[in-house]
Amino acid sequence: MATGPIHQFNLYKLIPLDFNGVDLSFTNSSLFMAIIVFGVSGFLVWSTSGRGLVPSRMQSTAELLYEFAAGMLRTSAGPEAMRFFPFVFTLFMFILIANLLGMFPYFLTVTSHLVITATLALLVFFIVIIYGLMHNGLRFFKLFVPSGIPMAVMPLIVIIEIISFFTRPVSHSVRLFANMLAGHITLKVFAGFVISLGTLGAVGVAGAILPLAMTIALTALEFLVAFLQAYVFAILTCIYLNDALHPGH
Amino acid sequence: MAYTTTTAEGIQLAQAETEATHSSTAPAQHGGEHEAFPPFDPTYFASQLLWLAIMFGLFYWFMSRVAIPRISGILEVRRDRISGDLDEAQRLREEADAAHAAYEQELAEARNRAHAIAQEANDKAKAEADAERQKVEDELATRLAGAEAKIAKIRESALAEVGNIASDTAGAIVRELIGGTATKTEVAKAVEAAAQDRG
Repeated sequence: MATGPIHQFNLYKLIPLDFNGVDLSFTNSSLFMAIIVFGVSGFLVWSTSGRGLVPSRMQSTAELLYEFAAGMLRTSAGPEAMRFFPFVFTLFMFILIANLLGMFPYFLTVTSHLVITATLALLVFFIVIIYGLMHNGLRFFKLFVPSGIPMAVMPLIVIIEIISFFTRPVSHSVRLFANMLAGHITLKVFAGFVISLGTLGAVGVAGAILPLAMTIALTALEFLVAFLQAYVFAILTCIYLNDALHPGH
Repeated sequence: MAYTTTTAEGIQLAQAETEATHSSTAPAQHGGEHEAFPPFDPTYFASQLLWLAIMFGLFYWFMSRVAIPRISGILEVRRDRISGDLDEAQRLREEADAAHAAYEQELAEARNRAHAIAQEANDKAKAEADAERQKVEDELATRLAGAEAKIAKIRESALAEVGNIASDTAGAIVRELIGGTATKTEVAKAVEAAAQDRG
């Protein structure tokens, strides 16, 4: 074992770029983003190239992803939210593939960096605010004033609503980031135990079976988490967009 | 919870290991300074933001311009095709139903017509038979009447002969008994009187 569990998150320059003292280098993170974008784009075009009335297996996959994201947006934010479909689908696919690609050994998980998840969460946050104000005007602020609440507790509720609204990007981004980070560290730690124990002779090899089993189980769990967190991020986006479209509770 | 403890352990372990192996394996990315936890290392924040903006922007553009219209086009064509096929099937079914109804009607009409023809033929045959019978009966009646008339004539002439025979016989008897002759007129008168007495 050459490196610790944190090493997998290291960024390094592939093409150094310096812009007025700001480091804008093309790093391994940029590379993986490019792989995601070009990979998914290529897959979607290639798989639908037959434009089959009866879809091939690959075309079915593309259609399934499309229908899944469309269904998610339609059920949580209504049919008029379909104007945001390109955004939600892009977001979902980007995070899903970033998470799944991170499951390959030696691959960087783009979403295990808070900057990335925070940027995406803030993007959603500002889209909700800007579109909410443009679409509803001042009625957008009804979001903070739930109906059917007694006047006595109204100020308290409004304060809570405002706080919860403004902490959304924090929970939204940290949830994804922390899940990916913690999952990969745990996986690496248990895998590391296998190597460390394996070097201790026969007893060590026998003892290494437990962390090995754990690593296998965690790998399966991480695949689930990779999908689930992409789904959670996307569905929360849909729910927030629903607020922008229908601010009255 | 399990995550937090293992993560903390992992980080400690990682740091211990990194320190042990730092000089040989870790590339000199951060010079000699203490290695920061990479996700919180601000060195590449600007780079990550820039490349995320470029890549995500590109991805969004591609999705909204190429991939989504393409897939939604495929799905729409399929939906249209399916609903078109269903409409066509519905239309064909209605056509089949109409054809069936027409067939049933035709069949009923044909049956009625056949019935009518049979009835007509039956009636005609009956009428013909009646006429024939009538004719035969009439003929028989005529012949019967003729025969009756003939019989009556014969009887009449026979009865008329009876008078002559009685006169002749009476004349002959008178001649034999009396030896005289009685005139024909006298005898006939007497016979008639006798016939009137009896009758």
